[in-house]
Parts: sequence; C-alpha cells; structure tokens
Amino acid sequence: MTATVVTITSGKGGVGKTTATANIGVALAALGKKTVCLDSDIGLRNLDVILGLENRIVYDLVDVVEGRAKLRQAMIKDKRLPDLQLIPAAQTRDKSSVSPKDMIAVCDELRKGFDWILIDSPAGIERGFRNAIAPADRVIIITNPDVSAVRDADRIVGLLEAEAKGPGQLIINRIKPELVRRGDMLDTADVLEILAIDLIGLVPEDEAVLVSSNRGTPAALLEKSKAGQAFRDIARRLLGEEVPFASMDGQEGFRDRLARLVRGGARS
Amino acid sequence: MTSLLDRLVGRKPSSSAQAAKERLKIVLLHDRTDISPSLLEDIKDDLIRIVSQRIDIEPSNVQVRLTQEGREHRLVADIPLPAPSRRRRLT
Repeated sequence: MTATVVTITSGKGGVGKTTATANIGVALAALGKKTVCLDSDIGLRNLDVILGLENRIVYDLVDVVEGRAKLRQAMIKDKRLPDLQLIPAAQTRDKSSVSPKDMIAVCDELRKGFDWILIDSPAGIERGFRNAIAPADRVIIITNPDVSAVRDADRIVGLLEAEAKGPGQLIINRIKPELVRRGDMLDTADVLEILAIDLIGLVPEDEAVLVSSNRGTPAALLEKSKAGQAFRDIARRLLGEEVPFASMDGQEGFRDRLARLVRGGARS
Repeated sequence: MTSLLDRLVGRKPSSSAQAAKERLKIVLLHDRTDISPSLLEDIKDDLIRIVSQRIDIEPSNVQVRLTQEGREHRLVADIPLPAPSRRRRLT
C-alpha cells in the first residue's frame, strides 16, 4: 500500500478547508479506503472537533515531530469508520514547531499503511501553508464563489505552480443556487473561467454542514445531505471515477426535468 | 454558451455576479503579472515618448493594457496611426 498525499488548502480562511478534509476523509473511509486525516493547522486545531474525536487526543503532530510519541500513538481511530484515522495538530504551539521536512518524513512513514493521506492546511501562504504542501502528491484548492476567496485561490494556484505542485484541482464550496440564479453569485463557469484550473467538486450551501459539525458527525455520513453527497462525489472522483457534477443554477430547468424523465424519474 | 444561458435564465448583464467577475478578472491580471495600474501608465507614457520621436501619433488614443487567455498573459499596446495624408498616397 502506498498512499497518495492530498493537501486541502485555500489561502483565505473560513472557506471550508477543515470541513472538506473531514468529509472527504469520511467518504473515502466509507468506500473502504484506508485514510488518515492530518491536521497541519498548528495552534488552531479544529479537524478533531469537526470529526468528533476531540476527547480522545493524547499525543499530537508536534509530539511526533519532537520525538515524544511514536506516530502510532498519535493516531486516533474513528470508531464509526474502521478505515479512518486522525493525527491532530498541537493546540499550544505554533507553525514554526514543524518544518516542511518534518511533514515529508511523517507522510513517508504513513504512506506504507494507508491508501490516502489528507492534509488540512492552515489559512495563509506562510510557513503553515508550505508545511502542508511539502509532502503533497495532489493539491485541492477550495474556494467560495466570492471575490476575496477567488482572488486568494488564484494566489494559491500561482504559488503551487512556482513550487511545481500545481495547478491543483478546485472545489467551489458554499454555493447558494438561489443567488446564482438571481445573478448575485458567481457561477461555476465564471469561477472556472477566472481560475482556469480543473474542477473536482461543487458543494452547495447546506445547513446540515453546521448541524453535523455541532454534533461532530461529518455531513458525508448523512445520506440526505446535499453537501454530504457532494463530498462523497469528490471522494469518488479522487479514486478516478467519472462522476457528473450536480447542477448548481438553483432551479430544475427544462434540461434537468428532461434528464429526470429520461432516467425514469428514479430520483427526486 | 454561458452568456446565452445567462440570458435564457434571465440573468441580467448588470448583475452583481457579472460585476464581481469583471472586477476579479482585472484585479487578477494585475496580481498575476505584478504590474500595477500605475506601472502600466508609466509604460504607456514611455511608449508614447519613444514612438512620437519617429511617428506623429495622438497620445490620447494610445491604449496599453493586460490581456489574458487561460493562464497566459499579454501586455498589449494599441497605437493608432495618423490618417494617411492624401499627398503621400498619390505618390
């Protein structure tokens, strides 16, 4: 087994890096892929609470890097999904406690035992970002359809190209179909035209994401959540499946109705 | 296709999403190339000065701008030439 290392990053904070990491991790593990989620946001640890594993942390990434714990000891097994593990970030240290070399060493040790290593990157373009992308085989850039998030995503695309890690693949998160339809939100075509990179996911705004993070149960575990479905689709695309993108223009148009009729109205 | 689709779904050309797109395109051209609007103005002034030494041009008609195709960028200078004089054309 040789894992693929995927780093999820964005530049701008608050666009959904941690949520995406948790949900894609859950979705990959649910598909039977041995997956480890690595929180590289040192000092601002959050992946543990989103995954609902915050009460089980004994050691963290910095303990491993500084030799106080073995990698195995820092890994937390998700009881819902036997194939999912978390390596938490340290909460009381800062980004300078870990170097890009440390990240590469940790991932090289993990590669043997997993199919997928997902790294949750901190916001920004400084040390923490460099740590997060150093071991990456693939990079997912997550953005929201707003001017500041898209501008920052573009900066990340440029930095990834400069580091020969690019251009990466894009997730557009928190799309509000109603606003897109009204012409008050950038649509998928707009964002793709501007950033000129490949798309791997379209995630609609979904209250289930907040509710599920309240409970520590990622939305990808909820059958009916639209965002959860979008993250499950992303996991399958990572595995190389061709999964069509759901329409995000806010209305069931003529084509959608036609497509549904053709499919025999199997899904509502 | 997008613009036709936009019209079909009733998206107005003056929508805020359209404004966001236009503004982003311009700001990203400057971000990516590290050429600020004021640097562009300086380049334009230099071009006008140099070309004017050789050709009689109208400075106010000169345009210097950044353009983009995918992730490729160009600095484009558009310098209209003066109307050809009739006498020259006859000779």
